[in-house]
Amino acid sequence: MTYSVQVVDLHREASHISVQANGGNVETFRAELPRDRILVGLAGQENALPAGLKWPGADVFGSLQAELFKIRDRNDVVIGVASRLASASEETGPFIEWVVHLPARGTVYLQMDVAPSAEGHRNGSLTAGTREFETLGGSVREQFITVIEDEDSNVDGRIELITAFVGTLGDEVVPPGDEVGSLDDEE
Amino acid sequence: MKYAIALVTGMLIGAALFVAGMYFNPFAEQLTVSPLAVSNDEHINFTYTAVPGETLLYTDHGESIIKTHPDRVAELWEPAVVDTRIAVTLLNNSRGQVAGLGIKFSTDSEQTAIINSKVLVNSTWHIYVPGQGTLLVDQIENYWSYLREVVVPARWSSGDAWKGAFFRIMTRGPGALGTARVTGGNGNFAGISSEAVESLTARAYSATLGPVSMDGGLTITLPQAASGSE
Repeated sequence: MTYSVQVVDLHREASHISVQANGGNVETFRAELPRDRILVGLAGQENALPAGLKWPGADVFGSLQAELFKIRDRNDVVIGVASRLASASEETGPFIEWVVHLPARGTVYLQMDVAPSAEGHRNGSLTAGTREFETLGGSVREQFITVIEDEDSNVDGRIELITAFVGTLGDEVVPPGDEVGSLDDEE
Repeated sequence: MKYAIALVTGMLIGAALFVAGMYFNPFAEQLTVSPLAVSNDEHINFTYTAVPGETLLYTDHGESIIKTHPDRVAELWEPAVVDTRIAVTLLNNSRGQVAGLGIKFSTDSEQTAIINSKVLVNSTWHIYVPGQGTLLVDQIENYWSYLREVVVPARWSSGDAWKGAFFRIMTRGPGALGTARVTGGNGNFAGISSEAVESLTARAYSATLGPVSMDGGLTITLPQAASGSE
């Protein structure tokens, strides 16, 4: 019976994937702000998130900013969690990177360009993946979309990660959105 | 009637023998020696607290015996993440000084098979080492020994607690030698691929509070190019 009864049965949401014209599967992950933000770790920050967080001082991690988010699919359903690390350290060189952990599917490790593009988004690439993403390569676009900004500069918005992954690690994949005009039309 | 009693008694004894066989499975022993112990590559060794209340942040679905930390952290109650836990912790070097930041995502694995003494967890570390760079560590852990030797004895104990000495290598893959897979991200670690193992040392556990005195260890091998730049 222990063979036939699955002890752990992870909940799965249907993936919303579209096929890019020149190859690669395009999928959009998003974090709604501020509700999906779990952690903002930054030295010297006045309003810690979550309240009561005791983040080390700048002498330990310098300019490192660590964030945790819940990650939603295109239909606004939570499908995973993610961490984002950003640093302007001269020793390591500045970097921005994501780890997106989708429990039922696997994890992706994404490196972003530090400088944003002329359009205001950042391009990046898939450095490594696990399980479902293990043999994939591809690109990603990170964009911040402001939805509401009130008089106190409180911003409601969302971060979107638009990935275009294709089989065989190392293949060049055109950044999502550069090839498919219909990508924005889907939203 | 006597046949029914014999049948029920036989079934109960059979079930008890089956459970005992699983629980005391002599072939289920986990490693206490790291598979990386024989490697000539340089290592980085980190230790960290495995007591959720001593980490920077710990969260889960919010209904386990382990309290989330800090108190008002968002809980992972949504169906897709309800089996996932996140810990953000300081990583210390062998001298006990802070050497890095670790973010650990852990999700119960669907490959869990209690009959084979496998209580598996898929976990991923996102690590930042100041002055060095960033790493991703992907692994499968087996918590069977931990459950059998720490958690279950604590529940059986009249004081709802366990005290003792427990040490195991938790990593069981995905590497062929039972090692974790490491991918370098930025800084000196950019582009590297190597291996790692994680261990757990427990000294006290409460059946009502969870880990009371517990440390984790993470050993990561460094290829020559990365270790030479330290």
